[in-house]
Amino acid sequence: MKNLPFTIAEIQKLLLSKEVSCVELVDTYMENIEKANPKLNVFITVSKDKAYSDAKKVDKLIKDLGVDIKGEHPLFGTVVAHKDLFLTEGIRTTAGSKVLDTYIPAYSATVVARLESAGCITIGKTNCDAWAHGASGENSDYGPTKNPWNTEFVPGGSSSGSAVSVASGLTTIATGTDTGGSIRQPANFSGVVGFKPTYGAVSRYGVTAMASSLDSVGHFSQSVADAEKVFDVVRGEDGKDSTVKNFKAAKPKAKIKLGIPKEYFAEGVEEEVKDSVYKASKLFEKEGIELVEINLPHTRYAISVYYIIQPAEVSSNLGRYDGVRYGGPRTSFGAEAKRRIMLGTYVLSAGYYEAYYLKAMKVRSKIIEDFDKAFALVDAIIAPVSPTTAFRLGEKADDPLKMYLADILTVPANIAGIPGLAIPSGFSKAGLPLGIQLMGPRFSEHTLFALGELYQNASGWKFKLAKDL
Amino acid sequence: MSAFRKIIGLEVHVELSTRSKMFCACSSEHFAKPANTQVCPVCLGLPGALPFANREAILSTAKLGLAFACQVNSFSKFDRKHYFYPDLPKGYQISQYDLPICVLGEWTMESGKKIRIRRIHLEEDTAKLIHSEVGGIKVTLVDFNRSGVPLVELVTEPDFENGQEVSEFLKEVQKIVRYLGISTADMEKGSMRLEANISLGELGSQALPDYKVELKNINSFRFLVKAINVELARQEEILAKGDSVVQETRGYSETTGKTFSQRVKEEAKDYRYFPEPDIPPLRFDNNEIAKIKASLPELPKEKRNRFEKDYGLSALYCGILADDLARADYFEKAVSLGEKSGFSAKTIADLMINKNMDKDFSEPAGFIKKIVEATHKVYSSKEITETAVREIVGAEESAVSDYKKGKKQVLGFLVGKAQQKLKGSADPKVIQEILLGLLEES
Repeated sequence: MKNLPFTIAEIQKLLLSKEVSCVELVDTYMENIEKANPKLNVFITVSKDKAYSDAKKVDKLIKDLGVDIKGEHPLFGTVVAHKDLFLTEGIRTTAGSKVLDTYIPAYSATVVARLESAGCITIGKTNCDAWAHGASGENSDYGPTKNPWNTEFVPGGSSSGSAVSVASGLTTIATGTDTGGSIRQPANFSGVVGFKPTYGAVSRYGVTAMASSLDSVGHFSQSVADAEKVFDVVRGEDGKDSTVKNFKAAKPKAKIKLGIPKEYFAEGVEEEVKDSVYKASKLFEKEGIELVEINLPHTRYAISVYYIIQPAEVSSNLGRYDGVRYGGPRTSFGAEAKRRIMLGTYVLSAGYYEAYYLKAMKVRSKIIEDFDKAFALVDAIIAPVSPTTAFRLGEKADDPLKMYLADILTVPANIAGIPGLAIPSGFSKAGLPLGIQLMGPRFSEHTLFALGELYQNASGWKFKLAKDL
Repeated sequence: MSAFRKIIGLEVHVELSTRSKMFCACSSEHFAKPANTQVCPVCLGLPGALPFANREAILSTAKLGLAFACQVNSFSKFDRKHYFYPDLPKGYQISQYDLPICVLGEWTMESGKKIRIRRIHLEEDTAKLIHSEVGGIKVTLVDFNRSGVPLVELVTEPDFENGQEVSEFLKEVQKIVRYLGISTADMEKGSMRLEANISLGELGSQALPDYKVELKNINSFRFLVKAINVELARQEEILAKGDSVVQETRGYSETTGKTFSQRVKEEAKDYRYFPEPDIPPLRFDNNEIAKIKASLPELPKEKRNRFEKDYGLSALYCGILADDLARADYFEKAVSLGEKSGFSAKTIADLMINKNMDKDFSEPAGFIKKIVEATHKVYSSKEITETAVREIVGAEESAVSDYKKGKKQVLGFLVGKAQQKLKGSADPKVIQEILLGLLEES
């Protein structure tokens, strides 16, 4: 596997100095993909033609504009892989399901279009749990993606391929969706930065919907700085997603208080995972950040609430895949999608709606209230991302309930619509990635990025590519 | 006298004539357009597409509500209504369930009777199914041009008792919608659709019976009135025999003049409504509502009353003139122009209603010019008149001498002679004036 520069800034420096061209950059990524993809099953579709045509376009822009290219194309030369939930005009988009096995979209998602016009190069579509239903990648109709640190383990899910593509140097950045942890958890399992924005910060238009009130469109990168760069390009109103709002990036306060919620260190959270977060907290404290113990008492209801609201919305959103106008027949749906359609249909049925959906919405308000109260005391929260490091392939595949619990520490942020940032914090004794999660109030992304960068600098962090394959 | 209480409620659908569809930028003008030419990812229900609500349509709905004295909810929302049908690409229709934009309205009929409006809500229209044959095979084709066109639904309480009341109300709805400029409300083009729920209850009891028959797919007011009256009679006959009426949807056949069963409803459908997560709730503050209210034009009923009061016209005339906003405006312009030429509003109304004279002139100015011409002559000039009168005075010597002898009545004879010569083109007053001058001279 050829080593490539890690960050957007490093790549752009090489491109501007003419040491490397975008076409050569794509050559290297393509070589890496050819080597790694058969083992890791990262890509469902590699968009080779598109990548080279994008690369040539950007090379021409660099030639014509020189350093001025940064103005209109702040992400020039950044290679991007899109989770296969993102619609890409002319490039097959399956959502990880055989239902859309032959579906070629007529339009591109807002995020895809914005990244492209910012100078990104689209390299392919990454594997994921079908319809983003899952926490391990094992629900993909195209076979599971493997953890690049140990291929007997899952890389997390549902944005499995996107996380692994960044971890293994098959792309510079990758997009993902996070409905209950589907960006932060695979980032954590794979050893990369995973960012979930505030609900309503980034347009969902053109991204296959899973659960509309919970879906967040975010991304993976090797550094926190890159996560911020990408966010500043994709965020803001597009006139298509009416839940999106423009907002001014607020400067982080001079004196930041960081909350530690004791509910996130409860039974079932591995010691190694806890220790890594405590260690990171101490580092923050050393950097002058005040640590405050806080309570989020309704955390324990989050998964129950999530598994009412989410399947309800899933059952509604999957209704269009009837095979009448496009896509395969309904028999192509996998077991997990069917399970969620049935659950959702049940909780929305007359006579059950009040007992399930309506009640879940009430508890949802309680969870939001918890965070509101906490953020009156602190500026951000530090917590583990997942109770464990990556688990073995097949370990939870037969037990949906166990699998659902893998999201227990990420789901609350989706329920409350707040941003979350997962950052690698080292490795377990077994050699699997460890990480921390930062959460903040709605639209406090830039505080999270500042904290993340502070952590990466203070810890002497250096991105580590998943082992050579 | 019937032994039953007649209970009729209405559901009226009106397609709004906003420029774009309810949730996307496609044109909402779909009548007679080539199939599937006004579509996009949103109204086709493609993966990833999201609805973006049309402000104008929301405003139009609020306007209609205010015209029917509804309360505009300060907080309302859209909901998803699920059912599976090929004309519904998302598997759900975006509609409004428990918090519609307008509730609790009221309409006063000519008789003074009040009809309560339960709600007015906004939703999206479905695609159109076309049953056809392609290569000898029977197929159903789908045209998505109509998919996502804004559709308003007005629901009344079951306060009507006969077809005539229903007809009066529906005609008023159509007029109001047109006055507000929010829809063409064209029955033939399907931009206004009617449904009536009909049942018979016990006399003297306010309780609703345990069934209702839905009359659907009737495309004219006239047929709906007939259908309602026929259906009431049918139900009465059944109940009189001690049988019970089946809850079902019925249509009306113009040929037989009878209603017929279309679909028997076994149970209420479960639409699995839940709040549409893709669209934030709608909020109206009192200021906004007051502004919309202030922006409402004069409504048909107000116009009729004003015409009666200001122009002293009969209720019948006012009704006819105010039937159509354009004609009412035409009438008022014509009245203001006609005043100067001494025409009364009554005369103008007469000419418009009984002679249809306005129909020949697109502008009221032309119409007024025409009636001025028809009632006032344009006379020959004074010079021409004088020349003619001189000739007559010269020719009719005996008459002139008679006059001088004191026989004043020959004046009339001479005026007539002059007018004859001028082929009636002169003002008789002018002839007489000139004639008197000449007779004094000579």
